[in-house]
Amino acid sequence: MRQSTVEKGAAMLTRFANPARFMRLSGATLPWLGGAAAGVLALGLVWSLAIAPPDYQQGETVRIMFIHVPAAWMALSVYLFVAVASAVALVSRHPLAEIAAQAAAPVGAAFTLVCLATGSLWGRPMWGAWWVWDARLTSVLVLLFLYVGYIALVNAFDDRSRGARAGSLLALVGIVNLPIIKFSVDWWNTLHQPASVVRLSGPSIALSLLMPLLVMAVGFGLLFGWLLLLRMRTLLNERKAEALRLHGQPAPPRHRPTGERGDAAMPAARPVLR
Amino acid sequence: MDQVAGWLMMGGYGGFVWPAYGLAAAVLGGLAFQSWRRHRRSGAALARLQTPADMPRQ
Repeated sequence: MRQSTVEKGAAMLTRFANPARFMRLSGATLPWLGGAAAGVLALGLVWSLAIAPPDYQQGETVRIMFIHVPAAWMALSVYLFVAVASAVALVSRHPLAEIAAQAAAPVGAAFTLVCLATGSLWGRPMWGAWWVWDARLTSVLVLLFLYVGYIALVNAFDDRSRGARAGSLLALVGIVNLPIIKFSVDWWNTLHQPASVVRLSGPSIALSLLMPLLVMAVGFGLLFGWLLLLRMRTLLNERKAEALRLHGQPAPPRHRPTGERGDAAMPAARPVLR
Repeated sequence: MDQVAGWLMMGGYGGFVWPAYGLAAAVLGGLAFQSWRRHRRSGAALARLQTPADMPRQ
């Protein structure tokens, strides 16, 4: 009988989601991803700070937008990633899904913090206020609390699987906040301006300002990819080490200093916790 | 020199633009450094647990 597309997709996902294969692939990808992130962010920074012209209304403060807006996009996208990974973890109990969600959450929280802080630094000269309790700002603050709550909940239990399950449920419930953030500027009369890039009628900002913003967005996306792989590898290493300490043989005497390639030094034939 | 000073002033908004970039660099750079250091340490700790005396070296 022929395999359906869904079955083929699931088989491929299972193939690449094998932790040992993940370690190999991510180890090969990390340097390229890190290099690409550094390069694109360097280009974005030069463009944002030195090449882009000042806005005719906002003046030089428009440069804050080149980090504020991409950080806001990442804050929302990473939360969606955490929620989807949590759903997969709850349904399939795949260890990589749980680890992906837990590795991504602090990165999403950092992007949310950057979004709020840079928005505040823009708001003071442009609105005359560091903070206003309008729907957009408040819902993004709730997003930060959701991230912090998820991280706290995951680490709150001695039994890790209970913490992961509780965190996953919170991440799924919190997804209701995403459309509220996106459409808050349309549903309520907010001080925060409505969307000017992601709109059905196309971006309403000049290309000279849109370009550095998009370059920074790509840079933040690459940075997220690098951080995600790095943090997932860390969690896998730590869990494997913990399992070895609990159930494995006692650690042999150390014969040589081990460096960052320590995990890669493991021979494929050694049958440990694959 | 005046050009650099003018650029640093950011049209009078330097007190808002530079802290915004500095804060973003501190938060994201700090997270990147912490993540990289923890990754290194976790790899080294695992290698110590997994390296028996008779293991072939790479």
